[in-house]
Amino acid sequence: MRRAPKDTAESIRKISRRGLILCGVQLAFAGALGLRMQHLQVDQADEFRLLAEENRINIRLIPPTRGQIFDRNGTILAGNEPSYRITMVKEDAGNVDDVIARLSSLVELDEDELNRALTEMDRSAPFLPVTVAERVTWDDISRVAVNAPALPGVTPEVGLSRVYPRRGDFAHVVGYVGPVSERDLARYETPDPVLRIPRFQIGKVGIEARHEEVLRGRAGAKRVEVNAVGRVMRELDRREGTPGADMQLTVDSKLQSYIQARLGEESASVVVMDVQNGDLLGIASSPSYDPNKFVRGISVADFGELRDNDHRPLASKTVQDAYPPGSTFKMVTALAAMDAGVVAPDETVWCPGHMEVGGRRFHCWKRAGHGHMNLEQSLRESCDVYYYDLALKVGIERIAETARRLGLGHAFSIGMSAVTEGLVPNKDWKERERGAGWVIGDTVNASIGQGFVLSSPLQLAVMTARLATGKEVAPRLVRRIGGVEPTTEAGQDLGFNENHLRQIRRAMYAVSNNRRGTAYGSRIIEEAYRMAGKTGTSQVRNITAAERARGVTRNEDLPWNRRDHALFVNFAPFEAPRIAVSVVVEHGGGGSAAAAPIARDVTLQALYGEDPPLNAYPSKDRERIRSQQERLQQVLRENDPDTRSRA
Amino acid sequence: MSYLEYTVKTVPSGWRKMLFINWPLVILLTAIAGVGLLMLYSVAGGSMTPWAEPQMKRYALGLTVMFIVAMVPIWFWRNMSVLAYLVALALLVAVEFFGAVGMGAQRWIDLGFMRLQPSELMKIAMVMVLAAYYDWLPIKKTSHPFWVLVPVFIILLPTFLVLTQPDLGTAILLVAGGGLMMFLAGVHWAYFATVIAIGVGGIYTVFLSRGTEWQLLKDYQFRRIDTFLDPSSDPLGAGYHITQAKIAMGSGGWTGRGFMQGTQSRLNFLPEKHTDFIFNTLAEEFGFIGGISLLILYVLILVFCIVSALQNRDRYSSLLILGIGVTFFLFFAVNMSMVMGLAPVVGVPLPLVSYGGSAMLVLMLAFGLVQSAHIHRPR
Repeated sequence: MRRAPKDTAESIRKISRRGLILCGVQLAFAGALGLRMQHLQVDQADEFRLLAEENRINIRLIPPTRGQIFDRNGTILAGNEPSYRITMVKEDAGNVDDVIARLSSLVELDEDELNRALTEMDRSAPFLPVTVAERVTWDDISRVAVNAPALPGVTPEVGLSRVYPRRGDFAHVVGYVGPVSERDLARYETPDPVLRIPRFQIGKVGIEARHEEVLRGRAGAKRVEVNAVGRVMRELDRREGTPGADMQLTVDSKLQSYIQARLGEESASVVVMDVQNGDLLGIASSPSYDPNKFVRGISVADFGELRDNDHRPLASKTVQDAYPPGSTFKMVTALAAMDAGVVAPDETVWCPGHMEVGGRRFHCWKRAGHGHMNLEQSLRESCDVYYYDLALKVGIERIAETARRLGLGHAFSIGMSAVTEGLVPNKDWKERERGAGWVIGDTVNASIGQGFVLSSPLQLAVMTARLATGKEVAPRLVRRIGGVEPTTEAGQDLGFNENHLRQIRRAMYAVSNNRRGTAYGSRIIEEAYRMAGKTGTSQVRNITAAERARGVTRNEDLPWNRRDHALFVNFAPFEAPRIAVSVVVEHGGGGSAAAAPIARDVTLQALYGEDPPLNAYPSKDRERIRSQQERLQQVLRENDPDTRSRA
Repeated sequence: MSYLEYTVKTVPSGWRKMLFINWPLVILLTAIAGVGLLMLYSVAGGSMTPWAEPQMKRYALGLTVMFIVAMVPIWFWRNMSVLAYLVALALLVAVEFFGAVGMGAQRWIDLGFMRLQPSELMKIAMVMVLAAYYDWLPIKKTSHPFWVLVPVFIILLPTFLVLTQPDLGTAILLVAGGGLMMFLAGVHWAYFATVIAIGVGGIYTVFLSRGTEWQLLKDYQFRRIDTFLDPSSDPLGAGYHITQAKIAMGSGGWTGRGFMQGTQSRLNFLPEKHTDFIFNTLAEEFGFIGGISLLILYVLILVFCIVSALQNRDRYSSLLILGIGVTFFLFFAVNMSMVMGLAPVVGVPLPLVSYGGSAMLVLMLAFGLVQSAHIHRPR
């Protein structure tokens, strides 16, 4: 069919017109695409460049090495030891089950941990290493390394883990580290990102917790390039972190270990303090526990045993427990009374065995009474009535004020956890806290360290040191941080009358050196190291009038947790005081029988720096002391990390 | 045979035809394919395998096909138009029964040496058959309702088959391509206005159908639309692709991050980086300059097609060239809109650049037809 020329011409014209329209539309659309390109690539380029960088760059933290903790002589108390673990990369392993089977024939694998690892492997990307065994021995690691060709994808890795070579001896002082919990994270407003590293550990209690920031150091970081599924392609750069600072404590680990061994399973605490600079040479609480168990993750059974033990091994008794100081408080009452001028050292008070105050009868521990008592006699024989009398004359406010000056009622910040303030009561306090008025009986009770008065063993040691020097000695546990010694102010003079202090020291000397002294049995024979001390026995129950009438039940006949606490404080040597010691034996019975012998042993150990010669002890004790020394030597050898590792 | 009367004498013959080939078009096509090879080399991390080398072979094959098709007179191809359409239709039906399933859709027939996607073939066959139809149809009847319904049927039949695969992207291209052919042929404006009105209503209905039992689109298609409309609603799921694609483009800036330095594509943040999203790789590595240059190359091809079509006084040739130009335009326009976040991700490759056999061969075949029409144009 031939088409009419007109027809064709019209057709062409129409096509041209519509073709041009379409061409215009297409060009316009292309222009729009170009504009969009410009919008994305020119206008928003910086924004998208940033997003692209965020996509590809990942910051990985390098955990810092934790600072170590040493005793005053450089013995390591908390260190880092290499810990080995075995990781596995699924992608490289090929057949995971085969490799696991071969691995378990070489290394004992924990069932739970293995199952956890297998589920983790299923969930995570195939190129990520998954830990299949932790804390494996060097032998295991060697076996894995030797058999590497048969174990594709399996890599032995080394990390650092915290270790406490002295085990229980420093558990309450140094504390321990553990995995970061949600609670830990909640404590900080902006937690250090290093805390989010899996398996990172931070201090939980003690020095480890209180000096966490110092010990932790600062994390380094490396920037790595990752692909879309998170595989690390290369390392872009890295900034090394700063390792945590090493710390040196004032504690003498040899003395500390001795004290722990000496206390054994007794529920007791001992503080040994340098009276000049306040260095805590020993600060022991028993029974103790092995902090290493907490680092590894303590089992529920083990933890339950510690928690439910009525001797409270987890408690740091030296600083966190406050006890009625009992008769060890009598120095405070005496000093307050002398300073107030209401009594002279030679003035005597008649002790008939009790005293009527406000219609109530307050007893002396000696029912028959002590007769005429002056200061030295009253302290030596621990007459209660003498102090009732003093307290009535001087009043609670002055007693409280003196107690505070001597360091009671104050929470010393020494870097341990849960340091208690104790309690020095006065009228305001009772009004405020108890909502009741102060009655005269409260003063009488306080005068002999009963009633409301509470103090920690640390405070008692500080009190003793201040009595021994007359200076405001403050306890110090941390000697150096990162090699820098924190500046300590020399103790100011407390402003007590030196003559009064001398009277009190002499009376304390009499306690353990006078034949009639309550601690005469625990005297030191060695002239140069004689000690001045004070016994204390604090009741943990009320003695009713009926019981008194029947005759007070002997401690030995009471259940353990109803017995009296035994206390003893002392300083030595008497002539030139070097150390102050406080001992509290929970439910130990009488201070002179339960606490004073411990104080003597600890004092001699501290002054000699080793087992004292037997002739420092009274001759009748020597045989017993010798066998005790042998027994403790045995215990110490067993606990010593050096001999342990050699064995 | 309208040609014979006034063209045969002036049409070049034998090897002389080579001189009359539209060489600038060949150079443009080769330039674009070259860009594609460069990008495929780059996304493979600087390697000819696995993509650049096969693609190069396909381009060589495509170029050969183009020259062979170009040598054959256009009237032969016109006579083949209906047959081509029927064959493509038959293959589309065949793919329903024997097709291999890929990406959740039946799309290709494995011929052993290559995977044939009948839907690609249909894009060209439809242009051919519509050009032939309007060449045959007296111009006066063009807007007659019955003669309008015929091409509508021609378009919708394969579209329906493609939708059942399901391949929304190709279906859209078929409808748009066919519709524009009808527009070029001179169908009255009113029809288009009506269709657009119905289309808008239809889209509304499609959205209305969501969640009911007569739901018209697959769930994944709805989700793609959702994430297109608001990529941030699902930044790690389906919206991830769009977001990452935009980041790749945007991070290129003016001059790009350098050849083989694109982090988004090299580190696999960019999805489908060698096929649908290859333009983002280009834009990331060569920046705005690189992206706009490729766009200009595409536009130049369009311009050359339109110029060639308007020079051609033969109705079939003219419609065919414009139709192929439109198909080509729809390819890159939809792909670019999609990768730049202007359209939902429907799976349309970037012509001559994306890795893929069928699309490349079919396009080269189409440009062979353009060349044939150009060589054998009435003078």
